[in-house]
Amino acid sequence: MIRIEPREAPSRTLTIGVPVASALIALMLAAIPLAFAGANILEAYGQMAKGIFGSVFAFTEMLTRATPLIFTGLAATLAFRAKLWNIGAEGQFYLGAMAAVTVGTGMIDAPSYILIPIILFTGAAAGAAGMAGPAYLKTRFGADEVVTTLLLNFIILIFMQMMLEGPLKDPMGMGWPQSEPIVDNGMLPQLLPRMRVHFGLIIALIAAVVAQIMLSKSVWGFKLRAIGENAAAALHAGIGVKRTLMGAAIISGAMAGLAGVSEVAGLKGYLTADLSPGFGYTGIVVAMLAGLSPIGVVLSAIFISSVFVGADSMSRAMGVSSYLADLVVAMSLISVLVGGFIARYRISWINKGVA
Amino acid sequence: MDILQILISDSFWAAAFRIATPLIFGVLGALICEKAGVLNLGIEGIFAAGAMAGWMAVWLGAGLWGGLLVAALTGGAFGLLHAILTVPLGLSQHVSGLGITMLATSLSYFTYRTTLPNVSSPPRIVPFQPLDIPVLSDLPFVGLVLFQQTAMTWLAFFMVALVWWVLNRTPLGMAIRAVGDNPDAVDAQGLSVYGLRIGAIVAGSALMALGGAFLTMSAFDAFFFGMVNGRGWICIALVIFASWRPGKALLGAVLFGAFDAFQVRLQTEVGALVPSQVFLMAPYVMSIIALVIVARRAEYPRALLTPWFKGQR
Repeated sequence: MIRIEPREAPSRTLTIGVPVASALIALMLAAIPLAFAGANILEAYGQMAKGIFGSVFAFTEMLTRATPLIFTGLAATLAFRAKLWNIGAEGQFYLGAMAAVTVGTGMIDAPSYILIPIILFTGAAAGAAGMAGPAYLKTRFGADEVVTTLLLNFIILIFMQMMLEGPLKDPMGMGWPQSEPIVDNGMLPQLLPRMRVHFGLIIALIAAVVAQIMLSKSVWGFKLRAIGENAAAALHAGIGVKRTLMGAAIISGAMAGLAGVSEVAGLKGYLTADLSPGFGYTGIVVAMLAGLSPIGVVLSAIFISSVFVGADSMSRAMGVSSYLADLVVAMSLISVLVGGFIARYRISWINKGVA
Repeated sequence: MDILQILISDSFWAAAFRIATPLIFGVLGALICEKAGVLNLGIEGIFAAGAMAGWMAVWLGAGLWGGLLVAALTGGAFGLLHAILTVPLGLSQHVSGLGITMLATSLSYFTYRTTLPNVSSPPRIVPFQPLDIPVLSDLPFVGLVLFQQTAMTWLAFFMVALVWWVLNRTPLGMAIRAVGDNPDAVDAQGLSVYGLRIGAIVAGSALMALGGAFLTMSAFDAFFFGMVNGRGWICIALVIFASWRPGKALLGAVLFGAFDAFQVRLQTEVGALVPSQVFLMAPYVMSIIALVIVARRAEYPRALLTPWFKGQR
């Protein structure tokens, strides 16, 4: 029979090795759908690599795509650490984006060093409010935050469509449901000439470092981790569980809101209802692949973004459906879950006769 | 037409039951999983997989009932994966479920796109037709509301009765409920906790897939990307609203269907005054409000979300 024993503490090699191995296994598993689609597998992988590393532009595109994923990955990480299941990053992303186009399209006339911080703060606040609501319903009424955040995603998306056909609609938009463009002073600067990678990436990296320090060094981080490990014991130990959870909700929502701001004010310049191809949900995969470590989120966001950018370019070149990327992302999540199990437990076969 | 006239019209209630049908399958499926102690957030993706697989089977010539079988088997397969991850491996039920949703959704979309790469308009099948039962279908009111639904609505009603009977009147049902409340006691009786939980998740997921299949094989006649549109998540909310009882699950689904049908009709009445999105939002807002109201009183299966390992107390 199989015997499963928990390990004392997973070794450092396993903590880093398991996510890397899971990502590679998911990439290798992509060969199955590729074969199903009748594609030449080696050529497909070659095209993917070319789509990421083939040129400086391709590489910066990958970093551009990773930027919102770092934010949404941090959003999931900070909430999940406290076992607060924020599945609503997709909605909070759009709240942030809506706030950005509300204050950034001409309402405030200010130089960029004033306007950009205002846009960032409003967007973060809107995202935070989007998670504070479900957290309040959880702590006050016991309403499951999984369900409320999931349903809120749909409500916010519909609300945004209403705004884009109403108050936020660009009168010059030829009738399309899109917002007015962010004014030049409100746009995040580009990092390299003629490349789309923008200052949002720097903010995301700073956020990851700050989150790492807060989580591992601050008292709040300690409380958060204690609640995540055992909420009843944390309450018994006198930790203000509700307050700490609310704090986690606000920071988590703010991160998702910043993802929306960064996409609008860093990349697209205006808001449409298809701004996010599921950045909120993908953030959960990013966080899990990172083992819920903020610094790890940066690396796993880069991996997931590579999968998207590489698969997009491969599917254009070879005519394989670009849903392949979503498939690889889903398989990464499942392999890292199984890998995490292998890291945490020692599994051994016991011969019944001998034992 | 005023509100009262809407509420007593037979076409309104016919629409309510039509909207409720996929939800009935989904709520029952989620209920079985949760009764056995495992949350199945794979539901949204299993809906998509059931919708795609069932439709594809019919399109390839399997026949409607053959298509339903294929849908159920597909759902069961994703359920088995969720079961392996959450029961013997004891991994996070939240994350595994979301992973199943992502996997099932992307696999369905990828398969559809790969099988039918160059279709401008989605190919159609001949779906389940409204029943035409002599006398019954011609009755006033109930004729249209109940006896002119498709066979799948009646299959859903039958499943409510079957699930209720199995859970409350059979030893198997007792064991399933016990495994969601007190797995140690079940183990002490010499029953397999793993086996019961895995079986319940597979069966529940097969039911969820039938809910998805209703969309492509009865409500519509084609598969569209994004057609599930949160129905799975609404089922997860409805299970709590129904306090894990099959009868109340039916009631909750029909109430939700009535509410949804009502907002569509109200929209045509006052559409000029209020943006249509207000009505589109309403069912989701209602679900959250209902959840908040019942949350404190909800009696969750006691071992829900708690993994159980053999030989560990």
